[in-house]
Amino acid sequence: MLHSLFSILELYSASTLSSSFITLLLMMIRRTPLLSSSEKITLLYLHHRSELHSQAKKKWNVSSLLSLSQARETFGKKTANVIPARFLGGKCDFATCLSKGRGSHFPPCHILNLGGIKILLDCPLDLSALTPFSPVTTAFYALPSLEEDKVDANNDVGSMAVPAKRQKIENQPENKTLIFAEPWYKTVMNLHLWNPSFIDVVLISSPMGILGLPFLTQMKGFSAKIYATEVSARLGELVMRDLVSMHKELKQFYGPTETDFPVWLRQEEVEKIPSVLREIILGKDGTELGGLRPLYSEADVNDCVLKIQKLKYAEEVCYNGILVIKAFSSGVEMGSCNWILDSPKGDVGYLSNSSFISSQVAAFDYQSLQGTDALIYSDFSTLNSTEDVEDEENESVQLADKLLMSSHGLVGLYHNAKEDSEEMEKLAFICSCAIESIKGGGSVFIPINQFGIFLQLLEEVSKAIDASAMKVPIYIISSVAEDLLAYLNIVPEWLSRQRQERLFDGEPLFDHVKLLEDKKIHVLPNIHSEKFWMHSREPCIVFCSHWSLRLGPVVHLLQRWHKDPKSLLILEGGVNPQLALLPFKPMAMKVLRCHFQPGIGLHRVRPLLETLQPKTLLFPEEFRSHISFPSEKFCSVLYYAEGETSKVSCKDGSELKIPATLASNFYWNAFKEQEINLARLNGELIIENARYHLLLDNTEKNSNGRTNSVSFRKPELEKLLATFSNFGINASVEHQKMNSESQIQCVIHTADPYKAVIEIGTSSVVITTAGENVASHLYKALDSVLKGN
Amino acid sequence: MAIETLVLGAGQEVGKSCVVVNINGKRIMFDCGMHMGVSDHRRYPNFSLISPTGDFDTALSCIIITHLYCINTLFLRFHYFLIIKISHSLILYSYIFFFGIICDSHLDHLGALVYFTEVCGFHGPIYMTYPTKALAPLMLEDYRKVLVERRGEEEQFNSDHIAECMKKVIAVDLRQTIQVDKDLQIRAYYAGHFTLFEYLTLILKVLGAAMFHAKVGDSEMVYTGDYNMTPDRHLGAAQIDRLRLDLLITESTYGTTIRDSKYAREREFLDAVHKCVSAGGKVLIPTFGLGRAQELCILMDDYWERMNLKVPIYFSAGLTKQANVYYKMLINWTSQKIKDSYPTNNAFDFKNVCKYERSVLDTPGPCVLFASPGMISGGLSLEVFKRWAPFENTLVALPGYCLPGTVGHVLMSKPPKIELDPNTKIDVRCQVHQLAFSPHTDSKGIMDLIKFLSPKHVILVHGEKPKMVSLKEKIHSEMGIPCYHPANNETVSVPSTVYVKAQASDAFMERCLKPNFKLHKCSSQELSIKTLTDKNIVPELQVINEKAVFIVEDKSKKLKVVHNDEVLVMLGEKKTED
Repeated sequence: MLHSLFSILELYSASTLSSSFITLLLMMIRRTPLLSSSEKITLLYLHHRSELHSQAKKKWNVSSLLSLSQARETFGKKTANVIPARFLGGKCDFATCLSKGRGSHFPPCHILNLGGIKILLDCPLDLSALTPFSPVTTAFYALPSLEEDKVDANNDVGSMAVPAKRQKIENQPENKTLIFAEPWYKTVMNLHLWNPSFIDVVLISSPMGILGLPFLTQMKGFSAKIYATEVSARLGELVMRDLVSMHKELKQFYGPTETDFPVWLRQEEVEKIPSVLREIILGKDGTELGGLRPLYSEADVNDCVLKIQKLKYAEEVCYNGILVIKAFSSGVEMGSCNWILDSPKGDVGYLSNSSFISSQVAAFDYQSLQGTDALIYSDFSTLNSTEDVEDEENESVQLADKLLMSSHGLVGLYHNAKEDSEEMEKLAFICSCAIESIKGGGSVFIPINQFGIFLQLLEEVSKAIDASAMKVPIYIISSVAEDLLAYLNIVPEWLSRQRQERLFDGEPLFDHVKLLEDKKIHVLPNIHSEKFWMHSREPCIVFCSHWSLRLGPVVHLLQRWHKDPKSLLILEGGVNPQLALLPFKPMAMKVLRCHFQPGIGLHRVRPLLETLQPKTLLFPEEFRSHISFPSEKFCSVLYYAEGETSKVSCKDGSELKIPATLASNFYWNAFKEQEINLARLNGELIIENARYHLLLDNTEKNSNGRTNSVSFRKPELEKLLATFSNFGINASVEHQKMNSESQIQCVIHTADPYKAVIEIGTSSVVITTAGENVASHLYKALDSVLKGN
Repeated sequence: MAIETLVLGAGQEVGKSCVVVNINGKRIMFDCGMHMGVSDHRRYPNFSLISPTGDFDTALSCIIITHLYCINTLFLRFHYFLIIKISHSLILYSYIFFFGIICDSHLDHLGALVYFTEVCGFHGPIYMTYPTKALAPLMLEDYRKVLVERRGEEEQFNSDHIAECMKKVIAVDLRQTIQVDKDLQIRAYYAGHFTLFEYLTLILKVLGAAMFHAKVGDSEMVYTGDYNMTPDRHLGAAQIDRLRLDLLITESTYGTTIRDSKYAREREFLDAVHKCVSAGGKVLIPTFGLGRAQELCILMDDYWERMNLKVPIYFSAGLTKQANVYYKMLINWTSQKIKDSYPTNNAFDFKNVCKYERSVLDTPGPCVLFASPGMISGGLSLEVFKRWAPFENTLVALPGYCLPGTVGHVLMSKPPKIELDPNTKIDVRCQVHQLAFSPHTDSKGIMDLIKFLSPKHVILVHGEKPKMVSLKEKIHSEMGIPCYHPANNETVSVPSTVYVKAQASDAFMERCLKPNFKLHKCSSQELSIKTLTDKNIVPELQVINEKAVFIVEDKSKKLKVVHNDEVLVMLGEKKTED
């Protein structure tokens, strides 16, 4: 494959290549899992150097290939370096930030190299990259007009029968610019620069961090051990299943694709995408194209889930004896966690998105992260939310402003009732808006992907409805809603103290159990279910999954309500509402934007890190201007940026445990001048739970009577023979010559009272006897000579 | 250094489980049970041996309650392996209990807890698993009522005491490592278990047995509860295989019996019930509200479903409904089978089980009734028994062991008449079926576990003395492991392992990981001697990694492990002098 690619490139390098051919090549390169990352880069680099460069650059927007070759500098070398040192314990640890993520749907992604073990932290999908794609409803209405314009004759959908409802799209010109094709999903681009077979461990910190994992597990050569908390794995699985089933709708709509390479990825088609949207999908310089993948299948999801080893909080698991992995609650989402990785060379902490405000899930266990040798700070939520505030100023959406990031007053590190109540106020405000809207005869629509917030909102909204004495049905529409709700009620161990109290009081953990029994909430697998259309009364309240407003029930419901000025849409922060709502323009519906994503909070970062006291702190470059660290309180702070590798030097040597029974048998040799004692070790070295142990060697390997005892001084032969006779040993020198090979200077034979051979070399004396007692006797004689000097 | 084990209860006897282990100044109490057979002060463990002054807070680091019931709970089997690691010693406390021993004995492990914390005054942490914490107040309250209201005894503790006590309890999840204080850490594990769910699927395992692991500094100890080595070896085994135990404390009830097939016994039981109801008879199953009842209920519900039976099953035990709420939420502690079927088919939504009403007693036609308490010692089960016993088509199915002195026990000998008191005599014409109870660990189980763990010492508790003695002999002769069976209030001291810490240089590590192999050939004569003595098979060719490695002690008494080359560098000055 590789060679053929090369030859193709060489063959065509002089001639003009069609853009589609380049595209094909790039596709092939990307699709070839056999190639290691550096080889891929070389290919790209080769391509870059070819005469086609200018043409390609123009046509393909591939100026970025330069940055890819730079990437080779960054990653390629390290990839090559790692292998020889694997598992032997290098002198340094490496941490590479692959992506700093965006919002709760797209957590950050890192790769660590701890003493040769490569650890991938999270494997997310950038769901916001779905935005440039058209949702199925808009495509349904919009396509005929596109066909009329003869924009795309090759489009697979062309043959579809379409009802005559065209008037809808004419006045929405921007709708046309969306991509009318089966969407591809954006993985972390930088991850593809690594050879998946070199990854040893994958750690999943949150349910959303799992979404890209099936792409990785189906790659050839991937054999890493995957760890995730039980709940993360289960919720992640449900989200993936939901994604696959939602995607099915689009797949059915567009029909089977003829080629592996979608039409919309062609040069001329890509150019038609407005730059704002193009940037979302291809990155600022178009490099992120390589991260796009067609969605995995349900079988891939099943396969992936089977490979995950599920953990509890604070459970210790040992990878290959050399790395102890522990997950601790991060307080953000059910099952989300921070990590401690303990190796013989020291421990590393990974602080992912965490929150002190957790009224639903188990509290942020920051104490367990204290005193690590290195700590990677990776909570970008604070920064994201401040960016959001800036974005917000340009927004036409009015209502939300006062909800966003309310308090910044510096308070203590610990759980704080004020913020808690503010969080509750935020929810109360949403509820009051919802109630108002319902009173006005409009429905409320809440697309949300965060489970904790979803459950809280569900409870609050239903309480508010009860309080207002209205009878409004609540629908939860998702293919996995039933499983999800059932599952969330059986995980008391993962919830906050308040929720656990409910268990001990014998009540269900969440109100939804009772609400379901009372038929106040209805769970539907999809929007097409008869039950919904038959029984749905408006106004109503609908919860469904978010999916960047492009997949599943959310699309149909928005289509239904977007023109209704009485209805209310509650939108999670972190998405660009202009673009997200593009297919549904004009929006008459009210929109309430709320920022739900909890984070540590800027004002708490410093006190937290002062409490944690890591010896080395890896801190995001973006925060440098926001937070400064006084040098006297921190050993060292390294700033990292996306795509860069930080090097953390680790301590010299490792701890070795020797049982006292073994230690007491050491035969110590005192060296007074150096003020040290010296003993020879004999035992079995094992590694267990990331610690080295020296155990008593039970195998009697010295059964041939050969005992090694090495001293550090050359004995004088005459003195030795004299001492031997003093000890009553009859010894004779056999030969005395310099043997350069074996470095034996002379050999002494003793015959009476024991038979032994003593070989005296330049740096060693070897006594060979029939038994250990004899050897030790001779050794004592030898020792006295050496000490007698 | 030594590990001191003070047995406060269950030493050479059954009931009142309470063991205090002292390693390096950390004292941990395992279980805090009360004895049901006695009503005076001997009911409680002799707490004054822990601290004569009554200052328990400083004397004890923590209490760990290993399980809630000894009755055969369906799956909420709160019996654990508990590993305690203190400094360098490993202890495994193993506790196995068989179900159905005494009606009141579900407080064997927990009964004295409230008394100890609230009346004697202990304010330290108490650890239990989630299901134990959820169900303990129910059981305690139930028991308090039995004591006070039925037996008319003086109240030892009241409801407020129970609530206060439960506030001190910290719930732990399986496999979660809990840091009690700077030095002490504990952890609970699955130990692998199965119950009569085998019947349903034949391959199914019901898990829930666990072990606790505690660690002080480097020493580790395991406390095992109910375990089963054979059917679920991979789970239990996987968790304990890396331990280097100094001490194993194991329960030894039924240390000499051998288990028979559970499947066959359950089928026998169901066949008997089926035969009775198809003949139009009534079936009385005296049982307790929790555990065994649910287990049988699931079993019968499934059987009814498969056989398409329409005979109603009634459930009288008041606790059951409440308990089912917990069971549903704690389904993660159940078997994989139940867990997997959870959203669609909750095993606790019994389709054929109806709510009991008094009118049922006189309604003609066949029915099955679960009535509490077990052993027909009083209450509803006795009332029903009085009514139904004179009829020949009635079946009384005893699902567990019955204590001497109870009607159930008398019934087992199938007498024609039972004399309840001088004035009441019951004609017994009904059939009696006893579902034989299986001791959870028979001697084979205990021996398997010990063989597997190969601890340095074994202490036997909770068993009948003669059986303990024979088991002790067996362990000693077959495995050569020193074994003890202390009586109550006796202390056993065993040595513990201590580690010396040394700093290993990188050069040393590198050399060790890049071995310099040598082949060593054993002569066949040597081989035969070794095979005889060690029982280990010694390969004829051995790979030996010989290196010159030294340990250096410098003036600050720090130990450093270095490689040959490094030693020469260290001694460089000296060398040049020569």
